[in-house]
Amino acid sequence: MKHVLSILVYNQPGVLVRVAGMFSRRGFNIHSLAVGTTQDPRYSRITVVVCGDNGILDQVVKQLDKLVEVEAIQLLPPDASVRRGIAMVKIAAGGDKRAEVLKLAEVFRANIVDISEQTATFEITGDDDKIDAFVDLLGPYGILEMVRTGLAGLARGTSNIHQYERREYYEQIVL
Amino acid sequence: MQLTGAEAVVKCLVEEGVDTVFGYPGGQIMPLYDALYDAPLRHILTVHEQGAVHAADGYARASGRVGVCIATSGPGATNLVTGLAAAYLDSVPLVAITGQVPTGMLGRDSFQEVDITGITMSVTKHNFLVRDAARIPEVMRLAFRIARSGRPGPVLVDLPRDVQQGKMTFYPEEPAPVRRETDETRTEDAVRRAAAAITAARRPVMVLGGGVIRGQASREAALLAEKLGLPVVSTLMGLGALPSTHPQWLGLTGMHGHVAANRTVHEADLVIAVGSRFSDRVTGDPKRYPAGKTFIHLDIDRSEVGKNVASHIALIGELKPLLARLAAQTAPGDIASWNAAVATWREENKPEYTAESLNAPWIMREISRRAAGQPVVFATDVGQHQMWAAQHLSVDTPGTWLTSGGLGCMGFGLPAALGAQVAAPGHRAVLVAGDGGFKMTGMELYTLAAYNLPVIAVVLDNRCLGMVRQWQQLFYRERYSSSLVPREMDFAAFAEVCGVPGWRVATPAEFTAAFSAAWESGGPAVIAADIATKDIVTPMIAPGAALNEFVHVK
Repeated sequence: MKHVLSILVYNQPGVLVRVAGMFSRRGFNIHSLAVGTTQDPRYSRITVVVCGDNGILDQVVKQLDKLVEVEAIQLLPPDASVRRGIAMVKIAAGGDKRAEVLKLAEVFRANIVDISEQTATFEITGDDDKIDAFVDLLGPYGILEMVRTGLAGLARGTSNIHQYERREYYEQIVL
Repeated sequence: MQLTGAEAVVKCLVEEGVDTVFGYPGGQIMPLYDALYDAPLRHILTVHEQGAVHAADGYARASGRVGVCIATSGPGATNLVTGLAAAYLDSVPLVAITGQVPTGMLGRDSFQEVDITGITMSVTKHNFLVRDAARIPEVMRLAFRIARSGRPGPVLVDLPRDVQQGKMTFYPEEPAPVRRETDETRTEDAVRRAAAAITAARRPVMVLGGGVIRGQASREAALLAEKLGLPVVSTLMGLGALPSTHPQWLGLTGMHGHVAANRTVHEADLVIAVGSRFSDRVTGDPKRYPAGKTFIHLDIDRSEVGKNVASHIALIGELKPLLARLAAQTAPGDIASWNAAVATWREENKPEYTAESLNAPWIMREISRRAAGQPVVFATDVGQHQMWAAQHLSVDTPGTWLTSGGLGCMGFGLPAALGAQVAAPGHRAVLVAGDGGFKMTGMELYTLAAYNLPVIAVVLDNRCLGMVRQWQQLFYRERYSSSLVPREMDFAAFAEVCGVPGWRVATPAEFTAAFSAAWESGGPAVIAADIATKDIVTPMIAPGAALNEFVHVK
């Protein structure tokens, strides 16, 4: 089972290694991970997709909470959040196949970001299922290479990660 | 006030109440050593950086304060790693300060450069690489706060040489009080449910772990136990939480636990685990251990709940107030017949001691007899002797039993005893070690002599790596691969060379005489006691077996 966690961290050198290191050291499986800055330069936000049952999820959250640089953790359940990733897929699309592929991309609202005589590169945004479906459909045309970001996500409505922030700088390390 | 970074480090140490540091100088930490030259701090120069970190660890375990050690960059820093891991796994508050190559040289594989924050990330509670002298006070204060708050642990601060030399403005500050918190709303409900479960239980037992020692909650644990009248056992790390003479205390639980203690845990219907993380050495088979039991888990670290054993009721926070609240709200259950059964098991399994030849259990009794009523701190190394000590030494006060439980780190004993002796000059540190581990860090005898630290080191010399040999006898068809030492070593002579009086004894009478002489001498001493190579530690539960499945020894 996959769970999406959003983690607010202090934007400091090594913080990503600390978070990723905790996952590998304790044997938790990361399906994807995305990291970037926020509106406040002191913080970065990591979205991580973990695989495991509820017991594992519980341990992941508790172990993350012990990291000094982790400021807040929010679970993003599928029904109460929006989650998006980006993939770029380069396929062999010369000659007669080209029109067919372009049609397909349109259905998925994928953008063409590069095109040459022999190739076409699509950019698609969506949740994991949508991207998976698009990639599966392109498979028969011959994927030359592809790249995919981890999911990024936010809770729907007024719910937000700052509700989970620690009350005082570094204070909750006591638990 | 205008200071160098190194001077600011010293100011911060003094601010935090540090009076002693353990360390070893080298190139990139020289600015700090220059500042230490006329600092109001005692610096103990060990023989090896591993000695310094274990000594700081022993100091912290014995005193309950934060231990501090200092090493240079590169090899100095890597020599701390084992000691940091030992402290991390046993939740010991340490601050380790390492030198580092100047910031402009970082990342270029400079001379004596290692990425020590990267290396120690998984064996410290947190670590810092300071790139700006002005940040030193903030980082040092945070380091101490992290080390001692909540579940304690080691913190490493890496200081490039130019940062130690950089000028900065220092503003003095009182150390921040450690904030203690418990989640009130969740706790109240959990306490109620725990109280109901305890009163309803017919076969309850209390398991005391190292958290009781670290959380200084022994008194509250004893009061709860006495109010409920139930049997109590200790894990290896929880020895001393209750005095060994306490009528409800059954002894050690786990792989080499006492029969009555393990049987009681095995047959219990309710386990109150206090500051224990359910290590595999405590539970045996993690599948069968919880069968038929309700678990109430008290711990300061939320992540321990459900990590190894699924608990039914969790009480998270400081153990002292939690135990007190639980005691105030809980009525004892009807457990008379359970206590009668437990008493029978205890009576049937009383250890017997023989003085026919020199043997480890007898030596432990003899040390306990000689030390009874005296202020003493016991330290051990790791292996057979450690288990004999855990089974047979009388540990009566919290913080007077120092052993590397989680890491099981051979070589820990002597430097830890050294640090404990520094921390508690009014106590006598008594080390129990084996010949294998004693060789690993035995050169610290020189440090004992240099600072006249009156540690008595009892080396149980069985001329083999006993625990390895024991496993080979039991599980590897008596193929003694590399466990029998190829050449005997004269530990008494070795001690003398280091400047410490040494005895070599082979009979109980000789041991008694040597121990008395060592005790009376008031200085450091080594007593090498020849015991049989074939002696093995019993009782024993094989790894992965249940707590009622004892290994049968031919």
